[in-house]
Amino acid sequence: MSIPPDRIPPALRTEALEQLLTERGLVDPSVMERFIATYERDVGPLNGARVVARAWTDPGYRAALLCDGTAAIEEMGFSGPQGEHIVVLEQSEEVHHVVVCTLCSCYPWPVLGLPPSWYKDPAYRARVVREPRTVLSEMGLDVPPERRIEVWDSSAEVRYLVLPQRPAGTGSWDADALAGIVTRDAMVGVAEVSAA
Amino acid sequence: MTALLDTDGPGSPPRDNGELVFAEPWESRAFGMAVALADAGAFTWDAFRDRLIARIARWEAEHGVDNPSFRYYRCWLRALEDVLVSAGELAPGDVLNRSSTLAERPAGHDHDH
Repeated sequence: MSIPPDRIPPALRTEALEQLLTERGLVDPSVMERFIATYERDVGPLNGARVVARAWTDPGYRAALLCDGTAAIEEMGFSGPQGEHIVVLEQSEEVHHVVVCTLCSCYPWPVLGLPPSWYKDPAYRARVVREPRTVLSEMGLDVPPERRIEVWDSSAEVRYLVLPQRPAGTGSWDADALAGIVTRDAMVGVAEVSAA
Repeated sequence: MTALLDTDGPGSPPRDNGELVFAEPWESRAFGMAVALADAGAFTWDAFRDRLIARIARWEAEHGVDNPSFRYYRCWLRALEDVLVSAGELAPGDVLNRSSTLAERPAGHDHDH
């Protein structure tokens, strides 16, 4: 039975590819499974949340992070593919940063894990550049009209991590407690962190 | 790196905001293959990324950016095949031929009865 190329279910196609590559010695399934497990279990937005919480509680670290994001993030033990050059963008009263990858899905894996589906979605990638205020509002974030919005397009060379504003009323919180309220969406710039 | 916080269970701090990293098992295999192959030097990540961009652009040109049927890992899988073909590790018909062979397995082939 022959199937037209575009009608092969992707699960079957993936199985075929994996078989071929394993037979040819190009892929070792156990190595592959280690990578999968790492990104399913260990590498996620919690890493970025720890970076943010430390920046909120340690002025020296905050300065280092804004000066050289990659080095400061590596210092926390977070590095790897798609983390070679991470620039940190600080939210303020004057400017709101939001991150996109217009061409595919470049994203700072070591601090945020793998991107969520909306980040990969053609509509977000096209529209957030054209009408960021509207898109953010649709996602539940109303940026004050006097606040400028800057959209950052990720690339093979640079990936971005947003440093959100620390919510009011968290002055007595330690870094662990703060890390617990930092969300992935806030670190991409489509949400703010709230203490509630 | 030591985990200071519980990274498992319902009370864990932000991991995926309730979203699974992979929607279906094959997606995780396609992901793992690409990362493992790049790590082993079969191709550079940039070469793979270029193919991924091309596959996504092609899909968007054919279906429109507002089409909800977009499936990211389908583009990812085809990009992986593309980069392996251009690296000379696969011939263009290899995956198709093997898929056809696998499709001919009797139903329930993967169950022991």
